[in-house]
Amino acid sequence: MKRAGRYILFYSALFGLWTLLAELKIWPPYLFPTPWGVGEALYAGFQDHTYWIAIRVSMQRVVIGYAISVVLGMILGLGVASNKFLEETMGGLLVSLQSLPSICWWPLALLWFGLNQNAILFVVIMGSFLSVTLAMEDGRKQMPKIFGQAGRNLGAKGFRLFWYVLLPASLPFIVSGLKQGWAFAWRSLITAEMLYLSLGLGQVLMMGRDLNDMSAVIAVMILIIAIGYVVDGVVFKGMERHLQNKWGLTAAT
Amino acid sequence: MSTNVQKFPGEFPLPVDPRFPTDSGGIRAGTSPISVRVPDHAVTPETCKVGLSEICLSYRTRSGERLLALDHINLQVRAGEFVCVVGPSGCGKSTLLHLIAGLQPQTSGQILIDGKPVQGPGTDRIMIFQEHGLFPWLTVGQNVEFGMKMKGVPRAEREEKTRYYLRLVHLAKFENSYIHQLSGGMRQRVAIARALATEPDVLLMDEPFAALDAQTRDLLHDELERIWSDTGRTIIFVTHNVREAVRLGDRVVLLTFRPGRVKSQFPVELPRPRHLEDPTVARAAREILDELREEINQSLEAEYNDGVKPRIEPGVQA
Repeated sequence: MKRAGRYILFYSALFGLWTLLAELKIWPPYLFPTPWGVGEALYAGFQDHTYWIAIRVSMQRVVIGYAISVVLGMILGLGVASNKFLEETMGGLLVSLQSLPSICWWPLALLWFGLNQNAILFVVIMGSFLSVTLAMEDGRKQMPKIFGQAGRNLGAKGFRLFWYVLLPASLPFIVSGLKQGWAFAWRSLITAEMLYLSLGLGQVLMMGRDLNDMSAVIAVMILIIAIGYVVDGVVFKGMERHLQNKWGLTAAT
Repeated sequence: MSTNVQKFPGEFPLPVDPRFPTDSGGIRAGTSPISVRVPDHAVTPETCKVGLSEICLSYRTRSGERLLALDHINLQVRAGEFVCVVGPSGCGKSTLLHLIAGLQPQTSGQILIDGKPVQGPGTDRIMIFQEHGLFPWLTVGQNVEFGMKMKGVPRAEREEKTRYYLRLVHLAKFENSYIHQLSGGMRQRVAIARALATEPDVLLMDEPFAALDAQTRDLLHDELERIWSDTGRTIIFVTHNVREAVRLGDRVVLLTFRPGRVKSQFPVELPRPRHLEDPTVARAAREILDELREEINQSLEAEYNDGVKPRIEPGVQA
């Protein structure tokens, strides 16, 4: 109750400050829109289905791209963690590659895949699979050795050892990496969509810019934040709770 | 390996019970002088379940020198025998179990199970770890089922056997619990059920009860003895607790400190069921302990290695 009160206080103050700045008309309204201007833009966007379509298209892309990232990242991360040669060589490369903003791959992606959906997916994957790889590598190392030993002892080997033992055993250690991977995937997607007529949220945002409609731009920004927040709250918080229930409160941090 | 972090056992030195002379009762052979190699009693090639011949293990330390961990270990274990391996911390007794389990290759020598050399892990030899190694993402039932699932046992049979083995360790009610909800003793019982469920010929137990309180350990000793006599499995049980070894084993094998060698072997011929507090058990343990002391002192010196050398003098009572 107290927490809810603090939330209301904070957000009404933020809202008030915004309204005040907009009402003072320091900047013209097309540069600094009012809160209700943004509200109207949101309403209009959902009313004519632009936002619904944009959300659907963007979500589809990010889900596909992220899923590929997770699979690739887990395989690569496990490989790097269990092979000394790979760890020494590729380990460093992976870390340095992570400092590269994924949108830097855009020119290459355009040449390789053409101006289409695959180019966007490529950028999304390049943005997020490194996080998953590094998290998996780290998780595999942090994971107590005994799980692997017990698994092999009970007759699990090869893919079954990975699927039934190593993967579930490392989950508590890689949740944060998976979460980071998701955040990177989402950002890379929006960036890529802004560069190309694509129907997604990124394009709708750029449309606002082209129409000089800052209310629409801010409305889409709010949408992007909200979706990121909801996925984090529903998918990843749920996963963490699930792990905590199984492992006990101490193991999953 | 976990042997390096073992705690020094609390039972040393043992008080001598004045009612009993120390030089008799239930135990033969294996008295000092050091490294008398007692032939494995009554083990013929036909009855030999686990045969270790000339096992050596050496590994490279970080500074680059080769360290010999196990030195020409020879050991024959009869089918259905309960063998306890004791030795000071760092003598490589846990490592020996890992080798038998096939989790780690030896440098030289051969491990035979029913006359066939060990090549990697197999469900005919199941290990029970000190930290139990149960899977926290699975329920108790799923843990017990795991080995059978890997073996491809059909679901109905799996479920039936899971229930059977959970009943055997008195945990039928906890089939759907998660591991973190159980006490330490219950976890070890799940580990025992999980190991038995794959129906191995050999159980390899690596200090399974070391982390438990005394009452729980006593109970589990009784249960293990019962399960052993019910199922007729061969058990190789590693411990640093000599009395535990005497209480459980048909035979106690004493390893030396670094490199691990078989120093002597003591057939224990006390009637079962035994109890940890039996004077006969204590007396038999004393005899083994006297021989173990030398090794323990060496391991303590290696551990403390700073000029201060705690010694346990033979014959000095607390």
